[in-house]
Amino acid sequence: MNKRIYLDHSATTKVKPEVLEEMLPVYTEYYGNPSSIYSFGREAKKLVDQARMRVAKALGALPEEIFFTAGGSESDNWVLKGVSYANKNRGNHIITTSIEHHAVLHTCEQLEKEGFEVTYLPVDNYGMIRIEDLKAAITDKTILISIMYANNEIGTIQPIEEIGKIAKERNIYFHTDAVQAIGNVKIDVKAQNIDMLSLSAHKFYGPKGVGALYIRKGTKIANLITGGGQERGRRAGTENVPGIVGLGKAIELATENIDSYNEKLLKLRTKLINGVMEKIPYTRLNGHPEKRLPGNANFCFEYIEGESLLLNLDMKGIAASSGSACTSGSLDPSHVLLAIGLPHEIAHGSLRLTLGDENTEEDVDYVLEVLPEIVQRLRDMSPLYEKVKGGK
Amino acid sequence: MYSEKVMDHFTSPRNVGEIENADGIGEVGNAKCGDIMKIYLKIENDIIKDVKFKTFGCGAAVATSSIATEMIKGKTIEEALKLTNKAVVEALDGLPPQKIHCSVLAEEAVKAAIEDYKKKHNKQ
Repeated sequence: MNKRIYLDHSATTKVKPEVLEEMLPVYTEYYGNPSSIYSFGREAKKLVDQARMRVAKALGALPEEIFFTAGGSESDNWVLKGVSYANKNRGNHIITTSIEHHAVLHTCEQLEKEGFEVTYLPVDNYGMIRIEDLKAAITDKTILISIMYANNEIGTIQPIEEIGKIAKERNIYFHTDAVQAIGNVKIDVKAQNIDMLSLSAHKFYGPKGVGALYIRKGTKIANLITGGGQERGRRAGTENVPGIVGLGKAIELATENIDSYNEKLLKLRTKLINGVMEKIPYTRLNGHPEKRLPGNANFCFEYIEGESLLLNLDMKGIAASSGSACTSGSLDPSHVLLAIGLPHEIAHGSLRLTLGDENTEEDVDYVLEVLPEIVQRLRDMSPLYEKVKGGK
Repeated sequence: MYSEKVMDHFTSPRNVGEIENADGIGEVGNAKCGDIMKIYLKIENDIIKDVKFKTFGCGAAVATSSIATEMIKGKTIEEALKLTNKAVVEALDGLPPQKIHCSVLAEEAVKAAIEDYKKKHNKQ
């Protein structure tokens, strides 16, 4: 195999050279513990503070509102458990959606076992929540609304500003999992009335294993990781300084270049979606036609199964993902595809292609050349397709 | 994740297709679960002269169908009925634990096709 095309940027991204360049000396030169008072420690502390400033600037937040974590899952866990435990006296009700990442959904399930009540808002066929549903779900026991900014599978972007407004009016904390949104969507936590926001560096060309949580000043939230006094006593554990430095540089680049990045991805995505829809019959596009992440294309090809599709694409050097049961690790296909109303058998045939920095028009051309053949080959092998051909 | 044998049968599946006027057809699984296997048999004097399959499913589903057809071709129906999912897994040099059900489907598909043949030919 000579050609390799990476089309799974929603899974993870490559670290940018500029990011790595800033990280490397932190391993070998500025390796001090930021909590130490001597020069080694002070140098490291300065780097962490600089990264904090960069994250704050990217979000329109204050530096003291940024807390570094080990990634998106930790940030989501922290919000859900921390807000629930610290605000028990005010209420026990959380509102979220049925299409959240498992870091939110499984944590909510755990909280339900502990006596909290969770409303999982449904979504329409495009994966959008309905504002009326949100309003109707609010009770005087509601302490937290947690709604993802943009969906990792189908790319649909939620009406965050409207949700923020409602949460503010009703005096309820609003958290958004923005793991997929950073670098793709312009975010201003103050203007959008966001109280808490989760992010993860490796989704925007930063390193893995590091993330952050923005917590608006004055928010009542209990600690998740207890121990030493790092992060102003809010998140224990020696700071992952190289990772934090990488996150800082990556978010700076991601937000500075947001317009040109968007423009580039949108052009490629339009070509990809139009090409696939034109060339392959019995195909549907999942997610919202416009309100979606610029690099996200998600399709269902009827009569075939996603894992077979991925294996075939891999043999042609194309890295992609699917929401079929065989790739989700359970017997059911993706909860997101089921939530937008797809029947099981159709959801099994899903394919997610997520474009990024290094993709080119030639990559899209190659996919458009290879994919229709693969789909046809699998359909020719499928007993479901026979019936279609037979005019049934 | 998959053995070379599985990938070989997935990339170049043996005996894909349909048999016109097949003597026995077996279809198992369902689309909801993401696996359907359909096996067609051509039988003469209780010997499986030809076998074809069509499968909707993952890599393991295709590979188990493919190898199962190879394992029963030329055998008597009594021999073919003895095909077990374990034998299918072994012939493929193993399957990941979550894919064992695919081998079960392959065994069931072969049995269903032979049952169909017996029913059609009043052999029961």
